[in-house]
Amino acid sequence: MPNTYLPSRRAVLLGAAGALAAPALLRAQPATVKLGILQPVTGALAQDGEYGRLGAELAIAEINATGGIKALGGAKIEMVFGDARSNPEGGTAEVERMNGEGVVAVVGGFASPICLASSQAASRYDLPYVVDVGVSDAIVTRGLKNTFRFSPGFGSITAAALDNLVKLNDAAGKPAKTVVVVHEDGLFGSGMARLMGAELPKRGFQVLETISHPTPARDMSNIALRIRALNPDLIIPSSYYAEFVLLSRTLQQRRIRPKGIYCVLNGAASNYRFVREFPDAANLVMDVNHWADPRKPKTAELRRQVEAQNRFWLYNTPMNYSAVMLVADALERAGAADRGKLIEALAATDGRFTRHIMPYGPTRFVNGQNQAGQAVNTQVQGADIKVIFPTDFADAQAVFPWPA
Amino acid sequence: MNSFPPEIVLEAVANGLLTGAVYGLVALGLTLVYGVLHIINFAHGALLTLAMYAAWVAWAAFGLDPYVAIIPLVPIFFAAGYAVQRLVIGPASRGDDQNILLVTLGLSIVLENAMLAIFRSDTLSVQVDYAMEVVEAPLFFSAPMLLSFPRLVGFGVAFLVAGVLFVLLTMTDTGRAIRAVAKERTGAALSGIDVAHIYAVTFGIGTACLAVAACLLLPSFYVNPRVGNAFVLVAFTIVVMGGMGSVPGALLGGLVIGVVESLSGLYLGDSLGQLGIFVIFILVLLFRPTGLFGARA
Repeated sequence: MPNTYLPSRRAVLLGAAGALAAPALLRAQPATVKLGILQPVTGALAQDGEYGRLGAELAIAEINATGGIKALGGAKIEMVFGDARSNPEGGTAEVERMNGEGVVAVVGGFASPICLASSQAASRYDLPYVVDVGVSDAIVTRGLKNTFRFSPGFGSITAAALDNLVKLNDAAGKPAKTVVVVHEDGLFGSGMARLMGAELPKRGFQVLETISHPTPARDMSNIALRIRALNPDLIIPSSYYAEFVLLSRTLQQRRIRPKGIYCVLNGAASNYRFVREFPDAANLVMDVNHWADPRKPKTAELRRQVEAQNRFWLYNTPMNYSAVMLVADALERAGAADRGKLIEALAATDGRFTRHIMPYGPTRFVNGQNQAGQAVNTQVQGADIKVIFPTDFADAQAVFPWPA
Repeated sequence: MNSFPPEIVLEAVANGLLTGAVYGLVALGLTLVYGVLHIINFAHGALLTLAMYAAWVAWAAFGLDPYVAIIPLVPIFFAAGYAVQRLVIGPASRGDDQNILLVTLGLSIVLENAMLAIFRSDTLSVQVDYAMEVVEAPLFFSAPMLLSFPRLVGFGVAFLVAGVLFVLLTMTDTGRAIRAVAKERTGAALSGIDVAHIYAVTFGIGTACLAVAACLLLPSFYVNPRVGNAFVLVAFTIVVMGGMGSVPGALLGGLVIGVVESLSGLYLGDSLGQLGIFVIFILVLLFRPTGLFGARA
């Protein structure tokens, strides 16, 4: 993979040239642009935060190695990192500090509550804030001019999840008619379960039962027993990582094999840690989630870089990589490290922004939300995670219904 | 409410019995300490969490299987329990029962936060091959029941520990001394029994029970700094139900609570499953405050 090293080789050449022409360049030395990267790297969300930071770091390294921000005379991006400590208060405190250090924008947040609070704190200083993951629809409906989300929100993700489920089922000859919804009893899982309960019957599915469980859960045997008694065609779970791993392993243990497990924004089903540690329980589980575009060469290159560091390939990394690239693209168009001009440039982003690696169509922002942002359907197939929907971005065929 | 076929209900009952035996083991330590020292040990949950972290460290750092880790952890936790009673709880209480209550409460806060500082709030678990193994139990009228292997081991070991404890209490000098102190503290002291030593031995035995319970739980469970409390709340109910200070009461109470939890989980869902336990707790307090095996209030 020679092109991995191309940027750094060029950087070395530039560096050498710079060393030769040192006195001349010293006067023309472009200023650096400070960019705030906010992630929860301690506390409950530490794993997600670490992978988000990794994506931002890789993007910044790549931008700097390929000549910095050209419109600003090749200015390098300097990362100002803040730990959101897995809570909204931590996020806002770090935004205050970053503002004090003079960052031109803030990228990240990961969880919806952190994104909501931090973007609001940033709005007081007209500081552009680019959300990396947070899916809450409230993030982009508060009328904040500074807040942008490149990725999709809850409403569009769940709508796509339902539409794609119908398409998947129709294409396979409608094998699934009955559904059991398993959800954690917090805000996220209960909200999802309500939505499924209201929308699935309209689309021809019968919801046999909605089973809730606490987080953390001690045991999934009872849920497995109920599922065995109900014998549904399809299981739709909305749980966090540890609980979904426990559920899928218990189902495997109890030899319960429905025609499919279809997750929506699941904490484990699009996670290589789960696939690596429990390949048998993970195999053929489907998920509707954020995922990098598998057909872009840059995606494979980035994944190789991440895996070379002995890290897993999680969606947080490409999403933060793309969000930083979005800011860099807007800086090029703004032509100045000015917060007001940057907000205007972000809002005017269009299809000419192609340095991201997400499976989205041409970018178009309306009220801070990228209209092209979308989730994709993934499926664990043979110890790998493949995209099975939408067909424009798919790199595998869906295996549904599961072979007996 | 749903109705379930008999094999499903039977399997839920079996699951409840298996889980209940380990609950009983946790309650055993609590009831023993209550019976002898006449205090509710509020540090019981924190000590269980500590034992689970010890078993996790034994696995993560030394590669010890949790079941093998029982062998070193039981003497270590017996010694730790002995030392805590002899050096902290005993002296700090100055012979006053109310003080002991507060000292154990303080101890639990210190332990929990120390573990939070060292291990962070993340959930840890061990990966062993047999964690999700099942044993088939044949049924005459349907497909065989699938019983979790780690829980079967837990069930067996819990009864083994209860048996050993029974032999210890009835057939050894130390056991007789423990029972003497439990019945009549002053009389025991006058007969030449070192009451402070017996208190510490009892506390040590109670803590050692937790070490066994921790090693039995870990293969199919996880550990975080607050995990012990979930079990201790259940253990309190079992102790009240079985009769404060009663060893067979703790074990039987554990089995009953396990089945109640499993069945209410099956019928009401896991979020409401805990409800059954506390309904029983209130009913026992209302109608039989001495518990099933309790001699006096």
